[in-house]
Amino acid sequence: MVKNKKVVVFMKGIPEEPRCGFSNAVVQILKMHGVHFDAHNVLESDELRNGVKDYSSWPTIPQVFINGEFVGGCDIIIQMHKNGDLIEELKKVGITSALLEKELNNQKNSKNH
Amino acid sequence: MSGNTPVENAMREKLKASLNPSHLEIINESYMHNVPKGAETHFKVVVVSDQFDNKPLLQRHRLVNKILDHELKNGVHALSINAKTPSQWQDSDRSVSPSPECRGGFGK
Repeated sequence: MVKNKKVVVFMKGIPEEPRCGFSNAVVQILKMHGVHFDAHNVLESDELRNGVKDYSSWPTIPQVFINGEFVGGCDIIIQMHKNGDLIEELKKVGITSALLEKELNNQKNSKNH
Repeated sequence: MSGNTPVENAMREKLKASLNPSHLEIINESYMHNVPKGAETHFKVVVVSDQFDNKPLLQRHRLVNKILDHELKNGVHALSINAKTPSQWQDSDRSVSPSPECRGGFGK
């Protein structure tokens, strides 16, 4: 389940309608980077909710997996977003962050002028 | 000290004992959520300790989660962690940003 897509999120609610501020923050950050991810709503199943916590040994939701590896919860994703690590982690699995693309385009454009 | 906050007190004691923090803040953010007044369900901790030296963020968080394992399994539902080394804390603006707004998912 955590490997179905390069980026997999376990959250409360669905990306279009998160039911928790922490889950929402993670979704918004991934969207900003243009990442297509699988999302699983733990509110739909206690088994899923407890299962993912056991699997990652992490007590809270949301949880983000990249290439099947547990990366962190909301605080860590925000931190990685701020310090640029998220772009690097995405790059490692072959995803070019939309933010990086934008920056490269800007650089290109400024060279042309 | 603080009145009827057994969970917060227990968290403070455990973090102090395990991490010997040079700075520790425990902020009860439960009021931001759909829970009874005075509840102890949603917390943010700011902890500065030299035991975080050379530990990546994920490990620091795992350490704090482990110390507060009992609380997390018994009623504490959200825990936001800001774990820094003393030098990182010195270099930071030492401000703590509030957690995101609740969106109603608690207990659902």
